[in-house]
Amino acid sequence: MLKEPHKIVSKKQLSENVFTAWVRAPLIAEAAKPGQFVIVCLSNEYGERIPLTIAGADPENGTIRLIWQRVGKTTAELADLKAEDKIMNIVGPLGNPTEIKNYGTAVCVGGGIGLAPLLPITRALKKTGNYIISIIGARTKELLILENEFKDISDELNITTDDGSYGQKALVTEPLEEVCQRSNKPDQVFAIGPAVMMKFCCEVTKKYNIPTQVSLNTIMVDGTGMCGGCRIEYDGQPKFVCVDGPEFDGHKVNFELMIKRLNAYKYQEKKAIEQYRNYKCKLEDKIES
Amino acid sequence: MTQSDDKKQLDKLLEKQRKGNLKPSDRFEIPPQPIPEQEPHKRKKNISEVALGYTETQARLEAMRCLQCKNVPCVKGCPVRIRIKDFIAAIAEGHYKKALQIIKENSLLPAVCGRVCPQEVQCQLTCTVGKKFKDPTKAVSIGRLERYVADLEQDNIQIPEIAPETGMKVAVIGSGPGGIVAAADTRRAGHDVTVFEAFHKTGGVMVYGIPEFRLPKSIVQKEIDVLKKMGVKIICNFIVGKTRTLDQLMNEEGFDAAYIGVGAGLPRFMSIEGESLIGVYSANEFLTRANLMKAYDFGKGADTPIAKPKIAAVIGGGNVAMDSARTAVRLGAQKVYLIYRRTEKEMPARIEEVHHAKEEGIDFRILQSPKRIIGDENFNVTDIECLKYRLGEPDESGRRRPIPIEGSEFHIEVDTVIMAIGNIANPLIRKTTTGLEFNKWGNIIVDENCKTSIEGVYAGGDIVLGAATVILAMGQGRIAANSINQYLKQKKKQTLRNTK
Repeated sequence: MLKEPHKIVSKKQLSENVFTAWVRAPLIAEAAKPGQFVIVCLSNEYGERIPLTIAGADPENGTIRLIWQRVGKTTAELADLKAEDKIMNIVGPLGNPTEIKNYGTAVCVGGGIGLAPLLPITRALKKTGNYIISIIGARTKELLILENEFKDISDELNITTDDGSYGQKALVTEPLEEVCQRSNKPDQVFAIGPAVMMKFCCEVTKKYNIPTQVSLNTIMVDGTGMCGGCRIEYDGQPKFVCVDGPEFDGHKVNFELMIKRLNAYKYQEKKAIEQYRNYKCKLEDKIES
Repeated sequence: MTQSDDKKQLDKLLEKQRKGNLKPSDRFEIPPQPIPEQEPHKRKKNISEVALGYTETQARLEAMRCLQCKNVPCVKGCPVRIRIKDFIAAIAEGHYKKALQIIKENSLLPAVCGRVCPQEVQCQLTCTVGKKFKDPTKAVSIGRLERYVADLEQDNIQIPEIAPETGMKVAVIGSGPGGIVAAADTRRAGHDVTVFEAFHKTGGVMVYGIPEFRLPKSIVQKEIDVLKKMGVKIICNFIVGKTRTLDQLMNEEGFDAAYIGVGAGLPRFMSIEGESLIGVYSANEFLTRANLMKAYDFGKGADTPIAKPKIAAVIGGGNVAMDSARTAVRLGAQKVYLIYRRTEKEMPARIEEVHHAKEEGIDFRILQSPKRIIGDENFNVTDIECLKYRLGEPDESGRRRPIPIEGSEFHIEVDTVIMAIGNIANPLIRKTTTGLEFNKWGNIIVDENCKTSIEGVYAGGDIVLGAATVILAMGQGRIAANSINQYLKQKKKQTLRNTK
């Protein structure tokens, strides 16, 4: 049962800053369930630990699918890896799996990179017989990912872009509100995306009293409950996203506080990515000359 | 005294001893040997080890202070019953290898324990020399002597002999002090041992928790290297309860026995207003970022950021609180408060750490505790509001209960708050293992042999004891390993009988 190195089997760019890869991780592939995540760390000495969604798992081939957005140094470094390269550390699957059952009508709302965790959840919901209404959105057409995958598993598919370059010119909350107003109200909403998007989705569904699960992407270190860095305020109580979540009843999450906490290291993160870019430029100059 | 004076004194004492007229009064006259240390103003700016270790002469002089008591009160104070008197006698004679061998009969990690054991409440508390001077700090420095002989071996640690392969598989969950000892001792008996570690680096609390300036990572790494050379398999990034459950390891992966040494768990917070503000850390998070991920080198190679505190407040009075405060100093904080609701007498930290913390300028605020944490419009910490306390009657822990003084609120301006008030048990194994019994605090219930309610499964350290120390965890690792070796011997006999 020895662990093998996590070789990248294939890698693709999905949009300007979003990448996907299938990676060897047989133990995780076998154990992973929709809603769970992994923590990736690129070097033993100095690497940082970042949580990434498991966007798919193929136990037969022993691979998991990662989707990530290039925002900080580690995600940029990941984006620079190629097929056959190895990822030094992947640990998981972490977090509690999504409760998959037949709710009746399930609305799956995803924005930007949030579509990655939403995909395996939607797929599993479809399999258990739910009527699936998907609402997928992005700022602009180029940034919309996984459209075909969602098309295959949705009974209804709504696409929105902020600038109207594709689908409906709207935020995802607009079609969501429209769906909530139907005479046969949906039974369950899953909303995954930027914290702001989840916050507004929850405001909509709260009005119509529709249970809404969100999946939170807070800053984490160990992912096993040990550090508490991922804590949020839930129903007035502290909860740890890594062991109590990552999914929560969105109507009870203090999003305002969570959004601020997400920005705790904004300055340092900016510095780190700048440094990495400079380093890469110098490296490329050297290779050219 | 200069070094040559020391040498002269030692020679004189040795001469007396040879002639057989070294009296206890001569021993009492030897001054307690101070351990060379980095100067406070220097060490505040680096993460290197503070205590530098004895010279040979110092070690022998210190060893000669030992009265060689027949009733060995020191041994009774040691959780793993090291033959202290004998190893110290060996040092006094200049037989360092022998001294180390004696220690290793009972303790596998002398270089670690010599540095981090709370000797002043264990072996040194009961030392006759300390009692004679009515001052436990004047006891024989058993820990420093232990460290001295352990460090001599550091570049050439002996690989223990391994019994013939038994074909039995042992899973050790967690690579902290208990796990390392359990793995070594079961491997020595010839079993096929695999250590599972959740983090990407091995060593548990000795690597993520205890800072470099108190316990260099290289020392822990050497112990891990020994395990590897012994043929122990080590799998990092493997969370028992997630990657595979304990049930799966035992029932599907063919492990015959397991040791659970997963350590403490979730950090405790105070349940006061403002604890989720930016700049409020659990000590676990603060220390893990700084130690395990070397966030002190952020921007110089390390990818993990950490708050650069200007004014920090650490809440708590244990070793973890001292480690956090002193780490904050090294991260460049201009001012660090240590806020504790009892008095210094009740602090659970090692005396040496309290002393070092004070030397490094940490401002001890006793009989105070936060009531709430205050932030600005961006949710950054700006202040803590504290209450003053007084001590009442002793509580169930025997320490006097702190009682808040009503209306005594006051503010301290801070930008970082570190909560070092303990941990609660991690629920991961509890939630995913069938048939394992826990107490009401979520700690695993074991018998005196560290056996749990599941056959073949043993446990020790923080997950059993709540908050323990490296030496206690190590002691339990050893007890559990003995039990596992016994159990597997029986199991093997039985299998042989059944196949006949």
